[in-house]
Amino acid sequence: MVDASAAPLLEVRQLSKRFPGVLALRSVSLRVLPGEVLAVIGENGAGKSTLMKILAGVQKPDTGEVLLDGRPVEINSVREAIGLGIVLIHQELNLSDNLDIGANIFLGREPRRCGLIDKQRIFRESQPLLARIGLEQSPRTLVNQLAIGQQQMVEIAKALSSQARVLIMDEPTSSLSQHEAEQLFRVVHQLRSNGVSIVYISHRLGEVRELADRVVVLRDGENAGELAREEICHDQMVKLMVGRDVSQFYQHQLHAPGPLALEVRGVRTLAHARHSIDLQVHAGEIVGLAGLVGAGRTELLRAIFGVDPMLGGEIRVAGQSVRVSHPRDAIQAGIGLVPEDRKEQGLVLEMAVRENLSLPSLRRDQTRGFLNREREADITRQMIGDLRIKTPGPEQIVQFLSGGNQQKVVLGKWLAMNPKVLLLDEPTRGIDVGAKREIYRLMEELADKGVAVLFVSSEMEEILGMSDRALVMHEGRITGELQREELSEEAVMNLATGGGRNPAGVSQ
Amino acid sequence: MKKILGIGGLLVFVCVLTGVLNPDFVSVYNLQNTLRWTSLFGVISVGVAFVIITGGIDLSIGSVVGLVGSLLAWLLTQKGWSAPAAVAMVLLVSLGIGVLHGLLITKLRLQPFVVTLCGLLLYRGAARYITDDQSLGFGTAYEGLRRLAIGKIPIPGLAADSFALPVPFLILMVIAVIAAVFLNRTIYGRYLLALGRNETAARYSGIHTDRVKIIAYVICSVSAGVGGVLFALDVNSIQPSGLGEFYELYAIAAAVLGGCSLRGGEGTITGVIIGAAVLRVLYNAINILRIPTHLEFAIIGAVILAGVITDELVKRYAVKRRAVRQLAAEQAHKASVPS
Repeated sequence: MVDASAAPLLEVRQLSKRFPGVLALRSVSLRVLPGEVLAVIGENGAGKSTLMKILAGVQKPDTGEVLLDGRPVEINSVREAIGLGIVLIHQELNLSDNLDIGANIFLGREPRRCGLIDKQRIFRESQPLLARIGLEQSPRTLVNQLAIGQQQMVEIAKALSSQARVLIMDEPTSSLSQHEAEQLFRVVHQLRSNGVSIVYISHRLGEVRELADRVVVLRDGENAGELAREEICHDQMVKLMVGRDVSQFYQHQLHAPGPLALEVRGVRTLAHARHSIDLQVHAGEIVGLAGLVGAGRTELLRAIFGVDPMLGGEIRVAGQSVRVSHPRDAIQAGIGLVPEDRKEQGLVLEMAVRENLSLPSLRRDQTRGFLNREREADITRQMIGDLRIKTPGPEQIVQFLSGGNQQKVVLGKWLAMNPKVLLLDEPTRGIDVGAKREIYRLMEELADKGVAVLFVSSEMEEILGMSDRALVMHEGRITGELQREELSEEAVMNLATGGGRNPAGVSQ
Repeated sequence: MKKILGIGGLLVFVCVLTGVLNPDFVSVYNLQNTLRWTSLFGVISVGVAFVIITGGIDLSIGSVVGLVGSLLAWLLTQKGWSAPAAVAMVLLVSLGIGVLHGLLITKLRLQPFVVTLCGLLLYRGAARYITDDQSLGFGTAYEGLRRLAIGKIPIPGLAADSFALPVPFLILMVIAVIAAVFLNRTIYGRYLLALGRNETAARYSGIHTDRVKIIAYVICSVSAGVGGVLFALDVNSIQPSGLGEFYELYAIAAAVLGGCSLRGGEGTITGVIIGAAVLRVLYNAINILRIPTHLEFAIIGAVILAGVITDELVKRYAVKRRAVRQLAAEQAHKASVPS
């Protein structure tokens, strides 16, 4: 156990950071004690990543100071941070997968002999590091031959080799299997007992409860509170993260489902070709699709929308069988998709709000191939008004809007098409709390109007708060269905991790 | 719009400078010639602009010009085809080339650079093989057809020996108007601009991006075909190994100078035509001012580079100014709402 009164190893005082359009951090403070696991939690957009990037030298703060061993330090680059013993392991791994393990561990600081890389020394020095984290691989193994969990171990070995004193892990389990995650936890425990401090960023409150000595909660770029080891429990964490009563935040009322709107029968996706998927969504119903990252939820939505090819199976919209081989087929059948990656897939960032809003409907509104500019202007005006998109005007370049308003533009693209079915993939990722609430409100309104809404979310609160009914996926299969009254974090997590619950008993 | 003003300003500047240094520049003969050549290059530049807007490139334009010109001469003089049939045939060939490029690039996902580089070699070789690498002349038998390239239309009200509009200029204007309407007023033009910026997002919006891209390559190759016919008729005696050589580079340069970004999604027809004019006027200035012609490429290269650098600096300045303005607005807002 860590002595809470010990002098902090790393301390952050009154850090602020502004990005165009948002104040990402507002006078945030943080202490990291020697040899502790400090969990930093908060919703998307709470400022966790920005704070960590500042510590790791990726970004510089506008104001505030960072102290190491009680002395102020200035961290200007990743190299300087590493020199001070602060290493960030990114959510997306940063390995050169065409090189071997040893080369990755020593990337950028290769030991040299006569000006050439001393490979023997690299391998000799890598060995004990790999042994320390329990990775039973030769340092000569190419990284692309390792599983994701093993690659993460290589990242940790890399950090250890640079004498890391503070190891920052950003969502380390987001793409790991249960087994791999457990192995990671063992390594974390072991590092802690060796005196390494670990800053652990995660959305998964179960993990946090298991690992953390202390929890710091951020909300909207500010310190929202702190929990000591004995205070850590799910409800406390959620309360601090959301900052208000959860039931108030999601003003959800059960919708009376109408006729069948979307029916997926025996659909197989490229990612999980072995499993076929069946699901139904009724008009006016909001169905949440829960599961861990990599469970195949995004792939399913992409297959329904015709972005990826389907390997067999059938899609029916309002009782009609639809052949979908391109998004246009799906759109014509009345399906819309708010994709996972707003900036890559949802928007043409350099184009105006007007041009983005009208992109799917241009074809419908054309007059013999020519643009219908009046109709385009009408749609733009209507969507900016209905969705309350905060923009200086219809000609504003979408890039310069805030995340929440960008997401509203994506929603507006589909609302202009009057869809029967709306698919949303992580609809509130990376947007602030206020905009989140508005997106939820819009989802509710759509359901009230009889749109069938199917949304994927990795945020438990969102699944619990918004779903009339939830489907849970695990490794490419739907492992269970939960009615509104059966929804609980435990039930969802159980199904999401492939845990038992007889699916037959669920579907009445 | 600002870009067009910039490049238009450059055009005026070069014209005035050349005109002052040597008044022969504004002679009727010289102006007509420069306008005619601007028009010929304008046609192929407008074509390549469509491909560049998709974020692609076409390196085969010069060879298509060469192949089309050679084929036209060969069909007319060696095979005895009628003029309309021969022109239709060569345009069909260029259309086929465009479809081929489009299919290889979209369906097989080959890189435009590679596909059209191979095209550059392939069509040049084909032109030389078909004609046995012999130069072919139209002689005096096709004066009617040649009027397309060298004809002049007197401007009503002006004396008979004064300035008259070259026919290619009218052809370019027709093509330019069609191209501008297509790009700005049809849904396909909007699709082109959208997919040039972000092909994934365009596809997610239900656009058949492959089809739109194929259309762009077809427009490019057919424009090169039209250009090929006009260039061949203009010189009257074609060299299969030399006709159109490097023209793809002039076309691409004109498009870039005229505001197209090789990253895609950007460009205007007016800008591209002015870009082509700048290149031709520069070329003319080098001749008329007795600057050693060896310097031609160096001067053109330097001007394009300077243009692109200026454009980039202006863009950065605009970004900075926007940030400063935003900050000022926020501070003003904060000051008005005491916290």
